[in-house]
This record gives sequence, structure tokens and C-alpha cells, in this order.
Amino acid sequence: MPAMKTMLTRVKINGEAKEWTIAPGDLLLDVLRREGYLGVKRGCETGECGACTVLVNGRAMNSCVLFAAQADGCELLTIEGVAQGDTLDPIQEAFLEHGAVQCGFCTPGMILNTKALLARHPDPTEEEVRDMLAGNYCRCTGFRKPIEAVLAAAQACRAKGGKKPSRATKGGAR
Amino acid sequence: MSRNYTVVGKSVKKVDGFKLVTGRPAFTDDIILPGLLYGKILPSPHAHALIKRIDTSRARALPGVHAVLTYKDVPRVPHTTAGQSWPEPSPYDTYLLDSKVRFVGDRVAAVAAETRAQAEEALRRIEVEYEVLPPVLDMEHAMDPGAAVIHDEPDSTGIYNASHNVAAYILREIGNVEEGFREANFVLEREYRTPRVQHCTIEPHVSITWLDPDSRLVIRSSTQVPYHTRRQVAMILQLPVQRVHVIKPRIGGGFGGKQEMLLEDICGALTLATGRPVKIEYTREEEFYMARSRHPQVLRVKMGVKRDGTIVANHMKVLATTGAYGSHSSTVQGNTGSKVLPLYRAPHMKFECHVVYTNTPVAGAFRGYGCPQGFFAQESLVDEIAHELGMDPIEFRKKNIIRAGDIDELSARLGEGKKGLPRHIRSCGLPECLERGAAAIEWERKGKAPQDQRSHLRRGVGVACSMQGSAIAGIDWASAFLKLNEDASFNLQVGASDLGTGADTVLAQIAAETLGVRLDKLVVYSSDTDFTPFDVGAYASSTTIISGGAVKKAAEGVREQILRIASKMLDVPPENLTCRDNQVVTKCECKKSVSMADLALHAMYKEKVQIMDHASHFNTDSPPPFCAQFAEVEVDTETGRIRVVHLVTAVDLGRAINPMQAEGQAEGAVAQSLGYALSEEMVLDKSGRMVNPGFLDYKIFTAKDMPKLTTILVETEEPLGPYGAKSVGEVAINAPAPAVASAVFHAIGVRFRQLPIRPEAVLRALREKQAHEQEASAGAAGNRASSPRRAERH
Repeated sequence: MPAMKTMLTRVKINGEAKEWTIAPGDLLLDVLRREGYLGVKRGCETGECGACTVLVNGRAMNSCVLFAAQADGCELLTIEGVAQGDTLDPIQEAFLEHGAVQCGFCTPGMILNTKALLARHPDPTEEEVRDMLAGNYCRCTGFRKPIEAVLAAAQACRAKGGKKPSRATKGGAR
Repeated sequence: MSRNYTVVGKSVKKVDGFKLVTGRPAFTDDIILPGLLYGKILPSPHAHALIKRIDTSRARALPGVHAVLTYKDVPRVPHTTAGQSWPEPSPYDTYLLDSKVRFVGDRVAAVAAETRAQAEEALRRIEVEYEVLPPVLDMEHAMDPGAAVIHDEPDSTGIYNASHNVAAYILREIGNVEEGFREANFVLEREYRTPRVQHCTIEPHVSITWLDPDSRLVIRSSTQVPYHTRRQVAMILQLPVQRVHVIKPRIGGGFGGKQEMLLEDICGALTLATGRPVKIEYTREEEFYMARSRHPQVLRVKMGVKRDGTIVANHMKVLATTGAYGSHSSTVQGNTGSKVLPLYRAPHMKFECHVVYTNTPVAGAFRGYGCPQGFFAQESLVDEIAHELGMDPIEFRKKNIIRAGDIDELSARLGEGKKGLPRHIRSCGLPECLERGAAAIEWERKGKAPQDQRSHLRRGVGVACSMQGSAIAGIDWASAFLKLNEDASFNLQVGASDLGTGADTVLAQIAAETLGVRLDKLVVYSSDTDFTPFDVGAYASSTTIISGGAVKKAAEGVREQILRIASKMLDVPPENLTCRDNQVVTKCECKKSVSMADLALHAMYKEKVQIMDHASHFNTDSPPPFCAQFAEVEVDTETGRIRVVHLVTAVDLGRAINPMQAEGQAEGAVAQSLGYALSEEMVLDKSGRMVNPGFLDYKIFTAKDMPKLTTILVETEEPLGPYGAKSVGEVAINAPAPAVASAVFHAIGVRFRQLPIRPEAVLRALREKQAHEQEASAGAAGNRASSPRRAERH
């Protein structure tokens, strides 16, 4: 086998600057797990299930279909960077409070996807939440509780941010 | 009924939730081991073939490759991969590696290499010459004279009739169904078909093995059955059980797919061959056809009823295929009889079933365990009969369902691998499930709403019922160990395997309630064959009732020890003391108390005693949870698309230890059943190769596909369960599919008897129906049957 070519990639991940030596063909998912970000999950490796979701410059992306090299110069957020120490993000709180976590394997992806949604859209409708969560396959929950959790998290984030909800009533997932 | 509990019956947050929402490394693959090798399995490209020659030299020569194993390199030990109690009722027809391959995806060889790329390259370099044999792909021809024999090896055991490809055969009768049909005023017989589907756990199967410093084989694996796995791997690799240590970390979903010793044996063999840690993780594609699936069945059901709707005879005849190996073959199909037919009181019942081998992916345990197939058939037929009799399907069911005080004798005749035990129905909330579910779906109004004949969107509602068990009577058992620490926390060590079910939380709730302490005082550890006591594993809806029973007993033992010490400390007889609010208090008015923390410190350093206890538990009966499920659908007659609008589940689970988690169990089951009803199927081509092994082509329900869900917990008090609990993990997967099929019938007048009901099937059926109607109106209308009957598809 020919000697593997390597390259350097620089990222800011969970607020920390990092420099990784990677091979040009390395997938972001593999590099993240190799570097110890084990909350990034491998579910399908074809960009379908969403278990490997990370935020790249604030956008939720499947890290299994990105080359690590494509993340060069980007800001990344993985599930490890969502809580502040032992203080959970309101999204994480809502997922626990509403029973949206069962086996927990798809949970990091769901939480990050929710984080991206609420950042651009603090007051989503149930339909918008369903559209977003359609990118996170889950075989345990049946989705009612994750949908409720996202809607509750949105409310909690708005309350925390002191913003008034623009749309007062929503259908609720029930 | 409701007693005053402080922890049990509360929707507390998961005890293991924090680590999951923060993405802490908890799962099998979340460890970084120095020197880890990547294992890969070479799958057979043929459905049925003999390996005439296999040359691994080019693979072995590849840099980074440390081992290449074929059947020549490993012991030949017949076994089953089914994770069941010893002696397993499944045939011993499987080998670590064999010179014959029996389905596309069967193991040909295994490699271990430094990197995944090297392992994949090594597989490509293995040269295999096959003698391709004619495959048996169609279960309906598996028993034909002259069909190729799939298990012609002499050393397999426990196969019912290997020369005719019959893995298992079951025949049980209560009363005399032929006599029953003569007594009946109306008899209907129909055939139903169910597809091969997959669990689709989001975490694929993954195992990591290594040798510890004492040269014991350590297996870290995503398994529902650590203890069965230990026993089976020891047998297959010819090691004493003593030299095998199985660790079950966090599991990313199981649903029965991990009630199987699937990768642990071959991964362990690679570790023994290399002396290195080895990981094998299935890719999603491999997971589809190299793991396990649900047994496809063809079911003929014949039911005889009196004019008033009383069922007198129920006869179910099943043909199922277990695929290439007989994992769970007799027991899944036995369940199709023993858990389905007794839902209705009928003096005459008969269940007959052939389970055949085919050269197709292997079936195994899957949530519901034979019941989704059986209930799809039986509940659809019940809807057809009620329709023919002009009876409301809810009234028809209320008239016939099993109820408290009844004894189900079919279960006595149909045990798992042996004679069973009769089921005494001590709690049954099914009538209430039917009533509350009907109210939630607005059955009265929606069932009678006229269709807008101008619209291409037609709505309908449907209902179906089901039951399950709570553990295998007389077989499943569990144990628990509990000790008190000096800060008044408790270590609860259980062999039970939480695979996302919430078992760790429920077991902690049971312990906390019994000990009179807050939930956060419990530290739960599950499961590890070196450190936690035996448990058969997480299957058969057994954990809450059986493992929970063991936890309750152990906690009662610990409480007794606590009270004895408190008695000395407070100078009050133990019978006057009780544990409450993290302290021991007097029952009388003297109001003496000692905090659990003071008592713990005192016990440990003054009394010099470790307060601890352990207990084992099993039941000789399996109390069934019951479920009534209602679907409202909208059928687009132009596209054939069926949209489920609302799905109501009313479930009698005994007492809910954690209502929020119980709802989650029911709702997850519903999602899987809706996929079973409408979209999921493993499609095989003419050579037996799966053509859709990925999530793009194998469609599971997502957040966007799911209907509005209403989940109603109908709590009853089950005397055999801890704090009155039965089970809830499986039962809700049985009835959504038949409820949807019946709702579709009520929407468009077409009865579908085959799953999944895809848009193309709907369109085809609607065209046929239209053609028949035109034919009927053109010709002499006369005495032909009504249109729904002529639209029958089988």
C-alpha cells in the first residue's frame, strides 16, 4: 500500500481551537470519534439516520457524509459542547423532562438538530418541528415525546431569552 | 386501587438520562482501546452453496492483517444463536463458520486487521470457489418433494424434519374445532400474509472482545442477553464459562434483535487467534441481512360464530419461515398460537404451524414475538365477521374477549419448548381499554360519518385488540443484589439489561419505594456477568415483573436489616418501625427517628456490618397486558396513499411504575407497527439477495410520518407483579396494523390481507373494485356478493 498522505485541518470545536492531522478521504464522523467526541454516533454512514449530526457553522449536518477536510476553518458543535459543565441546556432539560430519551443513541443528533432549528427559528410550529426531526431516525419513541420536548424547549429558550413568543398557541403533539 | 406510593407510579426522569443527553461515552463502541483490530465478516454472495475451495493466502499476506479464519480454523460446535434459557428450545443448526452457506449474507470467513480499510481489502482478497446449489426461496415450496435440503449436515440436532426443511411443527387443539364449526351459524375463513421486516435499531450490532491480564476473554457487547451470551460463547469457543466475562454497556435499542448471540462468538474467535482486542460492528447494510428479522407468515384463519356473535370455534393454520437457521423458530410461532387465539373465549381452538427453512435472511426474536403476525390475521378476520354480521366490531369483541377469572388453557399446552402452564387471568382492563379508546377516537361519530363521494380523500376508523405476556412462565427468572453505603446511598446491581426501555429507572423506583428513600439514593449498575447476578435478559416483556420482583425482594431484605439496626439505635422493636423519607421512623406516637445517613454510618463503623441482600425471582404464570388500539386513516384514491391521521392506544399494563416511560414504550411500538402496516418490507430478488438494505429504500416511520398519538394507560392491579405491575414493552406493537387495515376497509371498501399496504396495492385494488362494479351494473346485478367481498385479494 502506498504511504498515506496526510493533511492538517484546523477547526474550532465546542469553543476550543484544534488542529487535526487527517487523511484527505477521512470522514468527519470518523475523525470526531477518533478525537474522542464519542457522542457523535454511527448509525448508517449514508446520511440517512441523523445519529451523527453535528453543527457546522451553526447548521445541522450529517458528519458521516462530510469529509473532515470540509470542516477546515469551521466552527463545530458536538453534543459534548451543548451543556455548560453540569448545567444542562434547556433543550437537554426538556428532553429529560418530557421522556424524549429512551435508548439515547439518536438523542445527541436530535438535540443538536433542535439547537440549530431554535437558533434560526425560536418559535416553531409542530409541523416545523416534525420536518426538522424527520432527519433524526428514532426507533424507540414514536416521536410524540421528542416533539413535545422540542416545543417545550422552544418555550423555555424564549422565556430565558426574555423574548415574547410571536405565535402564542400551538397545536401540541398530542 | 391506587395506594399512596412516593416513587412508584411517578413519571420521574430517567436515572441514566443525564449521560445520554450530554453524549457521554456509554455505548459499546464508546471506548478507545490501544491495539484494537477491526474485524469483518465475508458474506456469502449465494443463497445456497458449498465452499469447494477457499484460499486465504493473499488476504493473510496483506500488511496489517492479523487473522483470517475459515471453517478450517475454528471448532465445529452445533449451536443456536437464540438468546434463550438453557436448554434452548431452538434447534442446534448453526456453526461458527461452515463449509456450506445457506443465505446471501451467511458467514464465509472472518478477518481482523489494523484498519477498517485493510480488513475490507482482505475480504476482497479471499478466493472462494463455490458449488452453487439450487436455493429454496419460497416458503410455500420449501416442503415440496425434491426441494433442496438446507440442513443436510449430520450433526445438527433439534430440527423437526431436516429432510423436508421443517425446522419446527406445532399442533394443539382444545375441544374439537370441526364440531365447533358444525355448531356455528356462520363460518368465515381467510388467508393473510405478513412481511419480513427488520428491527432497525439505530445502533447496529457491535461487539468488542479482548483478553484481560488473566487471559480471560472479555466481551463488551450490545446485547439483551449477557448471561446467555456468556454460556453460548463458552460452548462455541470451547472455553470454560469461568474464562468468559460479558459486559453489557448502554444499548442503543434492541427490540429482540439483540436477544441473539450474533457477533460475540466470531469476534471472540478473532481475539483468541490474534491475542488482540477486536471490534466487529455491522454496517447498516450488513445489519439488514446479516442480523435478524421478523418471521414472515402465511396465516389461514377460520372462525365459526353463533348468530348473536358468540365465537364457538377458532382455527389458525400458519406457515412461517425462519430463514436459513432456526433461531427462535418454534417459540415465536408457538406464541402466534398461545398469545393470539386465547384473546377470545372459544370452546374449540386449534393451532397448527409449520416453520420451514428457506435460503433467506435469518428470522429471530422481534418485539411482539409472533403476535403481530397472529393478531393481524385474527383481528382482521374478526372485523370481517363483525361486518358480515352487521355488528359493531367493538360490541363483537366485548362479547367474546377473555376476562378476569378465566383460565387460558391453550397456554398450558403451548409452552416454550415444553409443556406450558395455564394462564389465570387475574387482572384484565380490556373492556375499559375498548371504552376509553373508542371515546378518544370518537368511534360513534366517525364510524358513522358518511363519505364525501366527490372527494378523493376517504376517511375510515378501525379497531383491533391484543394481549401479550409478562415473562415466560416457569422459565424466566432474575436476581438482584443491593447494599447500603455509609452515606445512605444504595448500590443496586442487576443482570437485567436496559436497552432503552427504562429498566434501570423502573428497577430503581421499585427499590426506592421499598426502602423509603429518594430515587437519587440508588446507584444502578447493569449488567456484567462478573459483577451482577444472573438474569435471563431483557425479553418477553419480563424485566419489570421478574427483575422488578427480584429487586423488591432484595430491597425488603435490606429494609429488614435496616430496621433491626434502627431498633437497637432507637430502642424500639422493629415491628414498630418503618422506612420513610430517607429515615427510619416509629409507627407509634413516640415519634422517634434516625436518619438513613446516621444509621448507615453507625452500621458500617460501629456495628461493623455490611447491610446487603440479594434475591431471585420467577413466576409460574405470565399475566397478560391487554391493548385496544384505534386508527383513523385517510386514503387518497388518486394516489393510493394511506395517511394515518390518529392512532389511539389504550393499554392495560397493570400498574405503571413510571407512566411517562410506559407511554414511551407504547408509542415506540406503535411507530414500528405502522411501518409494518404500510411501508416496511425486506425485499429479496430471485437469487435471495435483499434489494433494499438501507434506510432510503427500507422506509421506517419518521417524525413526519407519525400520526397524532393518544396513549391511555388503563391501570389494573396485578397480584403477581411488583406494586401491581404487568408489562408494556411489547403489547402495543400487535394491533395498530390490523386497526389500520380495518380503517382502510371502512374508508374505501377494500380489505387488504397482506402487509405492507402500499399505495400501488391500494390503486390496483381500487381499479379492480371499480371494474367489478361496472361489470356488475352492466350485467344482471342479481344475487352477486357485495362489492367489498369481490375486491378480496386472496
